[in-house]
Amino acid sequence: MPDVQALVNDFLNKLKKRKIEGSQATSRQTAELLRSVISQQRVPYNNQAGALIDAVKAVGEQLIAANPVELAVGNIVRRVLHIIREEDLSLTTAAMAGLNLSAVSDDEDDEERDDLPVLSAAVVAAAARSTLRPPSLQTLLEDMPDTAAIPHTSSSGGDSEGKSKSADKSSRSRKLKHDVIEAVNELIQDITTCHEQIAEQAVEHIHQNEVILTLGSSRTVLEFLCAAKEKKRSFRVFVAEGAPRYQGHLLAKELVARGLQTTLITDSAVFAMISRVNMVIVGAHAVMANGGVIAPVGLNMVALAAQKHAVPFVVLAGSHKLCPLYPHNPEVLLNELRSPSELLDFGEFSDCLDFRSVTGSPLLHVVNPTFDYVPPKLVSLFITDTGGHNPSYMYRLIADYYSADDLVVKRRTTSGN
Amino acid sequence: MEARRGWRAVPKVRQVGFFTPNEPPPPARTQSGPPDSNSPPLSNSPAGNSLSPVMIPPPRHLSDNLAHRATSPLPVPETSAFRRPIPGGDRVAVVGSYNPTDSMLGASPPLTSPSSRIGDGEFSEESSPGWFRRSNSAKFASSFPGGGFDLTSIKSSETLEVEVKKPVEVPEKSGVAGAELQTESQSSSKPLKAKTTKAERRALQESQRAAKAAAKGEATGKPAISSEGAATSKPVKQQPSRKKDALPAATSVAASDRKGVDRPPEKERKKEVPPPRMQFDDKNRVEKAKKRAVVNQTEARNRVELFRHLPQYERGSQLPDLESKFFLLDPMHPAVYKVGLQYLAGDISGGNARCIAMLQAFQEVIKDYSTPPEKSLTRDLTAKVGSYVSFLIECRPLSMSMGNAIRFLKNRIAKLPLSLSESEAKESLCSDINRFINEKIVLADKVIVRHAASKVRDGDVLLTYGSSCVVEMILLYAHELGKQFRVVIVDSRPKLEGQALLRRLVAKGLNCTYTHINAVSYIMHEVTRVFLGASSVLSNGTVYSRVGTACVAMVAHAFRVPVLICCEAYKFHERVQLDSICSNELGDPDAIAKASGRMDVNYVDNLANKENLQLLNLMYDATPLEYISMIVTDYGMIPPTSVPVIVREYRREHLWI
Repeated sequence: MPDVQALVNDFLNKLKKRKIEGSQATSRQTAELLRSVISQQRVPYNNQAGALIDAVKAVGEQLIAANPVELAVGNIVRRVLHIIREEDLSLTTAAMAGLNLSAVSDDEDDEERDDLPVLSAAVVAAAARSTLRPPSLQTLLEDMPDTAAIPHTSSSGGDSEGKSKSADKSSRSRKLKHDVIEAVNELIQDITTCHEQIAEQAVEHIHQNEVILTLGSSRTVLEFLCAAKEKKRSFRVFVAEGAPRYQGHLLAKELVARGLQTTLITDSAVFAMISRVNMVIVGAHAVMANGGVIAPVGLNMVALAAQKHAVPFVVLAGSHKLCPLYPHNPEVLLNELRSPSELLDFGEFSDCLDFRSVTGSPLLHVVNPTFDYVPPKLVSLFITDTGGHNPSYMYRLIADYYSADDLVVKRRTTSGN
Repeated sequence: MEARRGWRAVPKVRQVGFFTPNEPPPPARTQSGPPDSNSPPLSNSPAGNSLSPVMIPPPRHLSDNLAHRATSPLPVPETSAFRRPIPGGDRVAVVGSYNPTDSMLGASPPLTSPSSRIGDGEFSEESSPGWFRRSNSAKFASSFPGGGFDLTSIKSSETLEVEVKKPVEVPEKSGVAGAELQTESQSSSKPLKAKTTKAERRALQESQRAAKAAAKGEATGKPAISSEGAATSKPVKQQPSRKKDALPAATSVAASDRKGVDRPPEKERKKEVPPPRMQFDDKNRVEKAKKRAVVNQTEARNRVELFRHLPQYERGSQLPDLESKFFLLDPMHPAVYKVGLQYLAGDISGGNARCIAMLQAFQEVIKDYSTPPEKSLTRDLTAKVGSYVSFLIECRPLSMSMGNAIRFLKNRIAKLPLSLSESEAKESLCSDINRFINEKIVLADKVIVRHAASKVRDGDVLLTYGSSCVVEMILLYAHELGKQFRVVIVDSRPKLEGQALLRRLVAKGLNCTYTHINAVSYIMHEVTRVFLGASSVLSNGTVYSRVGTACVAMVAHAFRVPVLICCEAYKFHERVQLDSICSNELGDPDAIAKASGRMDVNYVDNLANKENLQLLNLMYDATPLEYISMIVTDYGMIPPTSVPVIVREYRREHLWI
């Protein structure tokens, strides 16, 4: 499948050259790429899921390596893996249940022998869930309809199967691929519509005459604020410009175009202004499992100022930004230094660039990081497409989207590489 | 009294300069000669008690306050205090009054032991040739403030001779005035306090009249004054200070004397409460101010609601307009005009530079000044300076340090001795200004640099924000001392002052890292000290400085990195402030829209006139004191909570040097 390989390479190049801006675009494109990988993947007769998983992992590994800082890529790869597992699981359980039903009706001696796989499938399912989802009321409630639904779906979907008793394996494999692609499509849909889902909650959080501060530009924040504006809330927004990228200017321009009262301030004025601000609403680059946020540079400062003045610090994040990893030294390891030319004009400072110390190392260094790490204790609230959550709850939320196997496997493959 | 002082746990700072535990007032009294002068304090004590509800003395000075307060309208204790130094006691007084300075200097570790102090002095001789040349001349080589003042102490011995002829006339006057005032003070104390300004004005007139009278004949003038009763209390009380003014060089001695002798009366303390600022949302006052204005300012249109009370004008229009008027405006002195234009254009920035430029312009003004006929120099010059100041305010709002300098100058003018001829007065004012610049800015900076450099260790990573000239001097000095350290320069839009600093430091061979304010939490991991400049330090410990300083200090605090504010004491102000909104300065909003050197960033350029987009260019912010570990000032290194102490105790010195 040369065309897929070409697609993958193309995307890899884009990632490496940092051509893709924003985690939303990245995750959408990753999901689309993985979808085509899956659809092109030839599935063997048995263990189709394993083949799919391997294929996705192989591609995913390259993608993650291409831009390890863009956590959204890894998130999407893991989610696709999770989807494959879940679909496979549900198909297996459905088939088992169907088999079981037919077995019960047809011959009794098979019962003993068939019970084993059913049990094992249930055990596998339980294990897969329980690793990340220890039994809680929610999982119990979620699982109940699941198990209840299985006979039902099997009776509808597996009706012909059970009736014909031929158990057409090829159709089952096609069904798995089909289901997975369906689910990935849903995921892509989720990613593209996460703005609207988050923005829907805006009126619940923004009241009349509120003063909101934000830094840099985030499409989610833009949609969120505009949604509140459309609901006839009038409020004003302070936008810190987010030097040296000046994304705040873009955001301010958009907000003004949509008729919001906007004030553009420098980043240094954040502390001065925050005492008159009711709420800080910002976007994120990624949300870690501990509730920490990888955010555009400068937000740690804003979060500290907000904490000092007891201003709620609200982070908007689509579910594709939820990363199942725990950060270690994220300021350095999950950061990226951009070109110094954004800070210093090389032409202007060409004379200074030549100065050397005694040892010959240059005297002038320029640091221009892209991201900041905001520790969970500084975040008041996360608003995701599934609602508002505390930072301390993020690990549970993340467990819904990823299977524990993938975290471990990912690490093993990357370390083995 | 001695015992009381001994009991108090006096903070170190508080001792500096003025309170000299080993300077005994009793000898002053015994030396004062006239035996009748001993009796008034004693007989006055009931009167003093009756006064106390009006002027509540701080408890610690109770004993001496009662005596001095009660007699403060009387010249007697003053004269006695003044005469005390004559028998060679002046040198003792100087040494005594500066002892605490030494001890405070000793508080900084490297200067603690005498031997190290000497060694330090020698060391600086070698390393920085320009600095310590004069310290050779006197025994004060060890401690800087002493070195700064040693000239004065030497001079004082000779200049004090001038005083000798004064006490001859004062005692006899005091005999009359004392008796009168004793009776009058009870009745007059309240009205005096109620309408201070009126009494002041009257006092001024009185003193002028007295001057005229003095010109005719001294003997006839004196009774005229002493018979005036309540109003006289002012000029009589001023006399000692006037005498001191006659000897500007001796003032450090005189100031310390006076400090010990008379506490500021209540009414003066009231006067020193800073006047409310102009609020620009007050339509009436703005209209009035506009009529007087020289600079034609058009109000910026699209303003931030929160900052209506601050002036913001359209940029760019005034400068050419003013430049064209340069030769037409005769009421404005060209030097002041030039400085104003420089402020407006932003050619001069930085608290010290602006203050020095202003003071030098005023020096020019004073040199070219001649009193118009039928006017007194004091009043006319004060009015003139006032009008110049309001012109400068139109160009750019004054910084608090400049306000302090203006207050100093006006005070000097007001306190000019009437006996001086015009040329002498001008001479004295010019030298006062010079001394202010020298002592309060230049020397203070050097002291700060030495203090702060002691806090730099090998291997340190020092972070600074923006461009502060004191911090720059500290870094260069520490580098000269051979300390190995790295500098992180944090900068922010729109001024990007750090770039100039970066260029200068790198050219001097310092290892620099440059970054912008957003990345401050990224870089703070490696930083070991934060050195920040300040525009002003307010008496609640708030540091009022370039916008962004608060952010840097906050992040440093969060990362447990000590924050050192380097600020000359003349920038301390008794104003208090909790936020950065109530009082601030607005810069050019268009500077926000454009990113300098970045052609690709022009998103909001064409939107500047949109109704619902405002651009806010704040110039300053207020750093709360909990983020500040230490303030390095010319009086030593103090915690931010001690700022009000400095402000309170040194205010009189600020004003009257």
